[in-house]
Amino acid sequence: MAKTLYDKLWDSHEVAEREDGTFLLYIDRHLIHEVTSPQAFEGLKMNGREPWRISSIIATPDHNVPTTEREKGIEGIKDEVAKLQVTTLDKNCSDLGILQFDILDKRQGIVHVVGPEQGVTLPGMTLVCGDSHTSTHGALATLAMGIGTSEVEHVLATQCLKASKLKNMKVLIDGKLSPGVTAKDVTLAVIGKIGTAGGTGYAIEYSGSVIENMSIEGRMTVCNMSIEAGARVGLVAFDEITEEYVKNRPFAPKEEEWEVASSDWKDLKSDQDAHFDETIFIDGSSLKPQVTWGTSPEMVLDVDGIVPEADSESILHALEYMGLEAGMKISDIKLDQIFIGSCTNSRIEDLRLAAKIIEGKKISPEIKRAIVVPGSGLVAEQAIKEGLDKVFKESGFEWRAPGCSMCLAMNPDHLGEREHCASTSNRNFEGRQGYGGRTHLVSPATAAASAIEGKFVDVREFF
Amino acid sequence: MKNQYIFHSGRIIPLSRDNVDTDQIIPKQFLKSIKKSGFGPNLFDAWRYEDEGYPGQDNNNRSLKEDFVLNQDKYTGADILISRKNFGCGSSREHAVWSLMDYGFKVVIAESFADIFYNNCFNNGLLPIKLPENIIEDLFLLSEENKEIEVDLIEQIILCGGKKLTDFDIDPFRKQCILEGLDEIGLSLKYSEEIKQYELKREKEAPWIFNTDE
Ligand code: SF4
Repeated sequence: MAKTLYDKLWDSHEVAEREDGTFLLYIDRHLIHEVTSPQAFEGLKMNGREPWRISSIIATPDHNVPTTEREKGIEGIKDEVAKLQVTTLDKNCSDLGILQFDILDKRQGIVHVVGPEQGVTLPGMTLVCGDSHTSTHGALATLAMGIGTSEVEHVLATQCLKASKLKNMKVLIDGKLSPGVTAKDVTLAVIGKIGTAGGTGYAIEYSGSVIENMSIEGRMTVCNMSIEAGARVGLVAFDEITEEYVKNRPFAPKEEEWEVASSDWKDLKSDQDAHFDETIFIDGSSLKPQVTWGTSPEMVLDVDGIVPEADSESILHALEYMGLEAGMKISDIKLDQIFIGSCTNSRIEDLRLAAKIIEGKKISPEIKRAIVVPGSGLVAEQAIKEGLDKVFKESGFEWRAPGCSMCLAMNPDHLGEREHCASTSNRNFEGRQGYGGRTHLVSPATAAASAIEGKFVDVREFF
Repeated sequence: MKNQYIFHSGRIIPLSRDNVDTDQIIPKQFLKSIKKSGFGPNLFDAWRYEDEGYPGQDNNNRSLKEDFVLNQDKYTGADILISRKNFGCGSSREHAVWSLMDYGFKVVIAESFADIFYNNCFNNGLLPIKLPENIIEDLFLLSEENKEIEVDLIEQIILCGGKKLTDFDIDPFRKQCILEGLDEIGLSLKYSEEIKQYELKREKEAPWIFNTDE
């Protein structure tokens, strides 16, 4: 029978069907970070259990780490509660012999940036992490799922996830993107179209010419936000672009193993006549840069759009929280802060694109603060090599050390009350970037262009 | 936890919003804890209090947002939460479920739930019930009247004053887990032999996955 990519990945990892009709799915790789793992390790210990396979686990601290004074390591974390969490990760890793890219390691970074970058995420794998944006790794034809802490403990103890099979959804994006329209705009447009619950219960496979021509980093941006469309899993088929990306990564197979692996991976695509329960079409050629106006990622508009009327309690509440009037233009929203970073958009291509737009220009005096937070120490190193840090600093951006930073503001970086921020992250929930803060999700290109103008602009004019 | 749900009666707190996300249920500053308990006082922190909360503070001295449902006298002691579409979306933080339980909620009813949150509920023994929009509307009305309802998990029905309001669906095994508080890990470890067999096969096919030496 013809299979989808998701079916293939699932079938090749099914271990057993439990009495209850759920399945045990073998987990090849388990990524962990400081926030969702301590209670899982604690649970293991309390029950006298041990991790099943240590070599499957890779750890890095990201959510809590400060983006300044990084050379101080853990001592640089001023918040004692946060510090304890990072220390606990350190301790769990060293007690159990888990490989960790710790706070001082130059490979440290946001777990979803680090995995693919190191080649610990590989095509054909199953991968889990106690973090909903694990869907990111699907860009490499990896079956990657975000899980809760109980499930983290379950995977630690059994090397398996207890799961039921998802349905298949195809999102077909054909055409050609206009210059200035990016992977981020694609994913926001998908969410705008299907809604934040549209993908619930599905694994989404992205395909079509726009995806085929997209870099792996772009595909990661798209898969990353599958969860904002409700889907736990986002996927893209393996192709030459994937192969090129994976080759020579530190943890990727080498020599003969590479030959075997890369030839096995060629089958990681949906069969021609595979069945999808749902298919969504998006015309890539007509997409415009996207900006969210509200407090849910589905509250998204074209950059030349108009803030909608309050025809439901949710919209009314969002308008109030965001301090916006129905009928006003997106381009009339004044910005206070700019954030370029997060597991959605903190990779080298994101930084290159933003730097290209900002180069030789100054950010608007209206902007109180603009920060760039690279996704990992290695992204930072590469950017510095290319002189991007200078470009940003000369234009008025602050250049920071890697981590989640103002994506969720668990560390000291955050918005003030009522401040509007053009952010390249993935969630515009109330208070996400700081108490009372107002987040607008955009691409790195739109964030950079809007930094110059102090308000939202159509970045296509910069090309 | 055992058996608490065979029959639960309580009053309903109405939270009339779509897309209630886990960032609202428990804001990030409280995720720094390495424990599973103590989150209840900070459940819905930003909607509940006038100021911004921080971990470890004395919540008794904070001023409350009076119009927020959790703060209305009429709903004191109610332990069934009802909301609308896509409840629990966003971050996978299990802290959201721990907070709801720590606060005292026994049942969460919504039109639909986000996948990860829904799983997290069962993994902790919090009962999530999905119901169609028209029934949700009826329950919102009942919550206005502050009526007590009964959730009968064995029969999978919700009653009010002894009269059946609706059936609800629940996966039979998950039902059993909630009723008996089964140890999921223990159950899966019954398949240890199968896991080992699979692992040997996997290691032959894809040895590169098993080597993460630096
Ligand atoms: S960057 Fe943001 S979304 Fe990504 S893992 Fe960190 S906190 Fe989560």
